[in-house]
Amino acid sequence: MAVRVVCHDLTKHFPPRTLFRGVSVTVEPHSLFAVTGRNGAGKTTLLKIIAGLVPSSCGSVHFSDGGRILSLGEIRQTIGMVAPDLALYDALSGLENLAFFAEVRGVAAAREQIAELLELVGLTKRRHDPVATYSSGMKQRLQYAHALLHTPSILILDEPTSNLDSAGAQVVYGIMQRQRQHGSVVYATNDAREVALADAILQLD
Amino acid sequence: MIWKYAMGLFMAAVIIASFLLVPPTQGLGDMGRIIVYHVPTAWVAVLAYLMSMVHSVAFLRTGDMLRDRKAAIAAGLGTLFCVLATVTGAIWARGAWGMFWNWDPRQTSVFLLLMLYVAYFALRASVQDPDRRAKLAAVYAILAFLTVPFLVFVVPRVYPTLHPNLINVTERRYEMDSIIRLVFLSSVVAFTGLYLWMFDLRLRAENILDQLERERGN
Amino acid sequence: MQFCSLIKAAWTVFRKDLRCEFRTPLNFSILMIFAVTVLMVVSFAVGGIALDPTLLAALLWVMLFFTAMTGVARAYVQEEETGTALVLRLATDSAAIYIGKVLYSFVLLVGVAIVVVPLYLVLFSVAPAMPLALAATVVLGCLGIAVTGTTFSAIVAQVTAQGSLMTVLSFPVMLPLLWIAISTTSTAFAGSNLVALAPDLAFMFFYSGMTFVASLVLVEYL
Repeated sequence: MAVRVVCHDLTKHFPPRTLFRGVSVTVEPHSLFAVTGRNGAGKTTLLKIIAGLVPSSCGSVHFSDGGRILSLGEIRQTIGMVAPDLALYDALSGLENLAFFAEVRGVAAAREQIAELLELVGLTKRRHDPVATYSSGMKQRLQYAHALLHTPSILILDEPTSNLDSAGAQVVYGIMQRQRQHGSVVYATNDAREVALADAILQLD
Repeated sequence: MIWKYAMGLFMAAVIIASFLLVPPTQGLGDMGRIIVYHVPTAWVAVLAYLMSMVHSVAFLRTGDMLRDRKAAIAAGLGTLFCVLATVTGAIWARGAWGMFWNWDPRQTSVFLLLMLYVAYFALRASVQDPDRRAKLAAVYAILAFLTVPFLVFVVPRVYPTLHPNLINVTERRYEMDSIIRLVFLSSVVAFTGLYLWMFDLRLRAENILDQLERERGN
Repeated sequence: MQFCSLIKAAWTVFRKDLRCEFRTPLNFSILMIFAVTVLMVVSFAVGGIALDPTLLAALLWVMLFFTAMTGVARAYVQEEETGTALVLRLATDSAAIYIGKVLYSFVLLVGVAIVVVPLYLVLFSVAPAMPLALAATVVLGCLGIAVTGTTFSAIVAQVTAQGSLMTVLSFPVMLPLLWIAISTTSTAFAGSNLVALAPDLAFMFFYSGMTFVASLVLVEYL
């Protein structure tokens, strides 16, 4: 699948302020798309609007696959998201979390997939511990495993490496480069190194 | 503009007629005239609530914020007319039953109806993001309205009530004289017109407020 | 979403909620403590006075309603507070989440009722003339409260200033249900024939069904 994300004239009011106005961008397949801007410019909100988690005040977001507009259910299968204000279940272990989301999403061959992803993010040893006992960096690593579970075409990352050590950041850059092979990444960041990776940049102000 | 003057005159005529043409009713005396005000206000309340739900459904389908504004205005006017119906009803109850409030099923259901829409405005007041507020309020308005038929029509029919029925459903006839009926129906028309006018005014005011808000935001 | 996968996803959500609840039985214990406290306070205050069936029935449902309000509201609010709500919403259909949460709330409420209702009967020395009718009323009442409460929980979870909004929103919508439940319960206490109760029980079921169907459609928009 080569999914293209088309944002048309997105506006978000937060009375008495207008966060951003008339944002029209297209995220091409096989690209890294960076969103930058000062704090409070609306980066996170824009990502959430794209993911369908927050309603926009005006404008629309379309996901299209070779001209065909995807349905809501298909979009859900298309998006994987990692963000600081998302979280997994504290009471469950890392493995249980992934198993639950795999089952809810109806992922086939979940067992192998989960083992591979845990290995990728380096949590294999701690997979049976409750998430409550994880450090914030480990939680973020687990989020990456969760976001990749259903091999999404669009990866949405809010501050991709905010809680990670340098080894973790390298894993994430690896994930981003790999994602470019079969899909695209939309990410919000102010880190110069991460901005430099991008194929296209949107500056919010 | 002309139809507003016409409506003012019509309304005035209905009010005069309610005192001059409607005869004092048996047993209730002059108190009986209140039917010319009580029933139309109750009708307008239900109509406004219905419109609020229709606009809410339309909002969820289209995402058009104008629909949200209309739904809120209709709910507000519905509540105003519902209060009027409750008050006129209580006055009538004082004459007919001897006390303003006795938790007759009809009174209970109208009280709940008011609570439903007070809750609607409580919900609206507690959400900051206008887009989210519109969604949540629309969902609540639809759920609330599903309860309305039950409150207005079912409960008072199932539980014994002392509230008179104007339209005898089983025998399909109006239990009113022709002259009272004429004034009564005119009053229904007049109050419906009043509702439409108030709705129009409120909508224009809200649109202007919204415009100002936007200009200030820039 | 296809019916089968919808039900499967709903069941998975339900099992996840139960599992989390078993790990840290926070909701259940809060509900229990609340219900038992209210029960004890009222019982203590009333002492040995014999109350009439209507009053007893009203007491039982007021207690169950407010207990439910403290617990059922958590169904969505908890997910929103911990940040898992958004992840869940990304993962599956909101109707599936809703069905799972209704099941969970229903099981939670029935669990509380199984302990609290017998305790209540003992403390107020009530010997219901129709125990089966009482059981049916309690189960159907819990179903109605779970269905409606879960919907409002989904709304309230997205509100910043929650406060007691849950109770304010739910009360007028649930009152018809409570009203019927109280009258059925008092009949079950006093005794009558089951046929007379059938329409009321049917109404409670119908009410839950109507709210459930409407909510299934509406949660998509939240």
